[in-house]
Amino acid sequence: MVHEILFVIFGLICVAGAVNLLVQRHPINSALSLVVVMASLALIYLLLGAEFVAAIQVIVYAGAIMVLFVFVIMLLNAGVEERSTGSKVALLLGIPGVIVLGCLVGWIMISNNQRLGGIRINTADFGDTHNIARLLFQNFLLPFEITSVLILIAIMGAVVLGRRSS
Amino acid sequence: MTDTLHLWVIPLLPLAGAAINGLFGRRFNNAVVSAVALLSTAASFAYALWAITQALHMGLPYNRSVATWITAGSFSAPFGFYLDQLSIVMVLVVTGVGFLIHVYSVGYMAHEGGFYRFFAYLNLFMFFMLTLVLANNYLLMFVGWEGVGLASYLLIGFFFLKDSAADSGKKAFIVNRIGDFAFLIGMFLLIKHFGTLNFDGVFKAVSGMPVEAGWGLLTIIALCLMVGATGKSAQVPLYVWLPDAMEGPTPVSALIHAATMVTAGIYMIARSNAIFSRSPHALEVVAIIGCITAIFAATMGMAQTDIKRVLAYSTVSQLGYMFLACGVAAYSAGIFHLMTHAFFKALLFLGAGSVIHALGGEQDMRRMGGLWKKIPWTHAVMLTATLAIAGIPPFAGFFSKDEILGQVFSSPHGSKVLWVIGVITAGLTSFYMFRLYFMTFHGELRLGKVDIGEEAHATTAPAHAGHGAAAHSHGHGDDPAHGHGGVHESPWVMLGPLVVLAIGSIVAGWVGIPAFMHGSNNFGQFLAPVIKSGAPTSPTAMEHVSEAAGQPREEQPENPGEEWALASTSVVVALIGLLIAWYLYKKRPELPARITARMHGIYLTVLHKYYIDEGYGLLFVKPLLALSTVVFWRGVDQGIIDGLVNGAGSASKGIGGELRRMQSGNIRSYAAWVALGGAAVIAYMIWMGVGK
Amino acid sequence: MVPLAWYLILSAILFCLGVLGFLIKRNIITIFMSIELMLNAVNLTFVAFANYWNQHAVAVSDKIVPLSGQVFVFFVMVVAAAEAAVGLAIIIAVFRTRETLNVDRVNLLKL
Repeated sequence: MVHEILFVIFGLICVAGAVNLLVQRHPINSALSLVVVMASLALIYLLLGAEFVAAIQVIVYAGAIMVLFVFVIMLLNAGVEERSTGSKVALLLGIPGVIVLGCLVGWIMISNNQRLGGIRINTADFGDTHNIARLLFQNFLLPFEITSVLILIAIMGAVVLGRRSS
Repeated sequence: MTDTLHLWVIPLLPLAGAAINGLFGRRFNNAVVSAVALLSTAASFAYALWAITQALHMGLPYNRSVATWITAGSFSAPFGFYLDQLSIVMVLVVTGVGFLIHVYSVGYMAHEGGFYRFFAYLNLFMFFMLTLVLANNYLLMFVGWEGVGLASYLLIGFFFLKDSAADSGKKAFIVNRIGDFAFLIGMFLLIKHFGTLNFDGVFKAVSGMPVEAGWGLLTIIALCLMVGATGKSAQVPLYVWLPDAMEGPTPVSALIHAATMVTAGIYMIARSNAIFSRSPHALEVVAIIGCITAIFAATMGMAQTDIKRVLAYSTVSQLGYMFLACGVAAYSAGIFHLMTHAFFKALLFLGAGSVIHALGGEQDMRRMGGLWKKIPWTHAVMLTATLAIAGIPPFAGFFSKDEILGQVFSSPHGSKVLWVIGVITAGLTSFYMFRLYFMTFHGELRLGKVDIGEEAHATTAPAHAGHGAAAHSHGHGDDPAHGHGGVHESPWVMLGPLVVLAIGSIVAGWVGIPAFMHGSNNFGQFLAPVIKSGAPTSPTAMEHVSEAAGQPREEQPENPGEEWALASTSVVVALIGLLIAWYLYKKRPELPARITARMHGIYLTVLHKYYIDEGYGLLFVKPLLALSTVVFWRGVDQGIIDGLVNGAGSASKGIGGELRRMQSGNIRSYAAWVALGGAAVIAYMIWMGVGK
Repeated sequence: MVPLAWYLILSAILFCLGVLGFLIKRNIITIFMSIELMLNAVNLTFVAFANYWNQHAVAVSDKIVPLSGQVFVFFVMVVAAAEAAVGLAIIIAVFRTRETLNVDRVNLLKL
């Protein structure tokens, strides 16, 4: 019961934040709305019992990536969005397409509701950092190392791209 | 049955000559080219003689298939060759007269460009003609049939740089094609009903069938074959190509359009006598067409002023006689006339060529005259030939023409009306031939002195200018003053064949002297087995047939008195024609102009060949051209086919142009397409049952 | 207990909102943030399913599945971080040349 109420609250906050992201005209407002969405998502992860994921969601996503976004917005002094018509296709075809997509996926979920079953707040061995770390450094060691290389490359790329051409 | 005679060598020798001359002749000089051509033709003639003597010992008919050509289901057509009395006559005529004309051409074409090409085509023609007469089935005969049409086209349009020559070649080919279409239909009917096209197969099957009273199968087949013969042998209504075929060099006119190719139709009818004899209606049609053609062409020949055109119409008329003979089932009379006609018509054409050569390219008779002193040999042979064609005894034409007329009168298939028309035509023939003779050789030489009227000039100008242009390299041109030495006799290489043909024109008739003249009609006897094998034997209303079941029709014991009367009638009519011609053109040469001036309208109509060419043009050519241009060219070819191809291209371009607008450089539209695509994919997956 | 379908529907809604943001917004940085929103929605799906399998796993080997769902989320975040870094660097570079953050102005790649 509590689970459901909490889920509904945080889900609504997520959606509200996402809608606000769309509605706001200044990018900084959108960024802050996104931070709200990420925070509520972290809380939903906690509801699911994945505490490690919730932690890194806050630390990495909301804490690092969004901060980076805010830095860039301030660096570029992005102002209010101006009005311009670029692509009619985007509005005429894309929006209905997205709506159709959403409806379809939603319909699948709803129609399979009985079969899917339910979620309970879980036991301790689910989101345990200990287990995740074991998995990460044993079964998924190779992808882990590759992601570190990936980050290295991203750093180099960002440095090169961001350099002022002299 | 083993093939010991190897008849296939006979056509193949000229083919070899054609191949050598055609492929390599450009590098040879005239002597080598002529040697190759003459050698192949002479060798063919010699081999034919040898094969014939062998075959006569072995017993005719000699029928051997060398290889199988087509096998389709139950139908098969071989490469086979057939030697019987009829094909013996044809082979000897073709190779003999052909060889003489080859010799003549060596001299006549000596200064023309494309010497090797001429002889290559001529040998090619010999190959096809020999295939035609030696074939043992209709299909191989059709190959020869078409091939001689092709050779005729090539040779008529030999001076291809001249528009009128090229057009005449096309006309000949196309008009022939109409006849060939009917021939094909006849062959298809034969295949359908008899399952084979081999002569022995068809005739054996036909011999079991009775004479048809009405319009049955055999009549239809015979009519189809007859239409084919009409095209090839220039009968009404498909004769229009033959006068225009005079655009070709004179030896071509002699060989193809007098002696051999045009007789292919007659040969085909004679060969199919089994079918024709069993369909009286078809025979009637053949006879009527032959008769109409004979008199019609004779009237047109009377008004022409170009020497070769007169001879062309004369050929059409004589072919009408042969058709008439076949139409009264007197096949051997028709073949007899074919043989004698080959001699004197070839002689007439070659002689005319000699005259033209002597005058430096002049072909209009109104500018000739007084040549009997200057070119005596040519004059002598032309006189012989004119006497022969007019039917004056004892020259060859008399016997064959009289045979035909006698049969027309007395045969059960004949009629008195046809006989009367035939006699009148004989008179006309004599008249216009002697008109030609007197205008050409008598009086005084009018070269360059006569002013030719406008309208006549128009009709003869093309043929005239043609030879003028052709002889240009000779240094002759159109001027009356001859390049080298005035009016001169032809060289012996040209005169030799003329003399041989003249001898033939005299004696060739003597093999067919009929019984009432105390001859033994060797020719008719010779061809008898061919006709007998085809004659119907079932009792019909014709008592003659049942009583003389073993004898060909020509052997009917006739009333000698009647025969003498008929023969004398035709001679008298011929002499009347001669006298009128002499009166009008020698004694009082100013009369013809006065007569034509008084009958101006009729004269013009006849001069313009009854406007038949113009009529055909309006009725057939113009609508066909219009149809072809509007419907087929603009409609189908440009509209549909080009439209499809170009349309495919422009459709691709259009689609590409539309699709290009997706690449707008605008990120949001890319995203939109992705979203749309994603929605479509998921929708498809749901529809496939993924989410169930 | 909350049905799994609800989590998935929430994820779908967030994803569609992200796509809508991509389509509607004109500022490059805002578009980027929509992309991050989409990634987050996907992360939610992963974690929800990881929990689900944790409950309904049948065999012993399936025990690895719920945890690997979270590990995948970890990797998604790493990649998102890298992508955000590089992408923002690109945006800065584009801003320097084109002097605008309006995505409709950056359309030189059209045919």
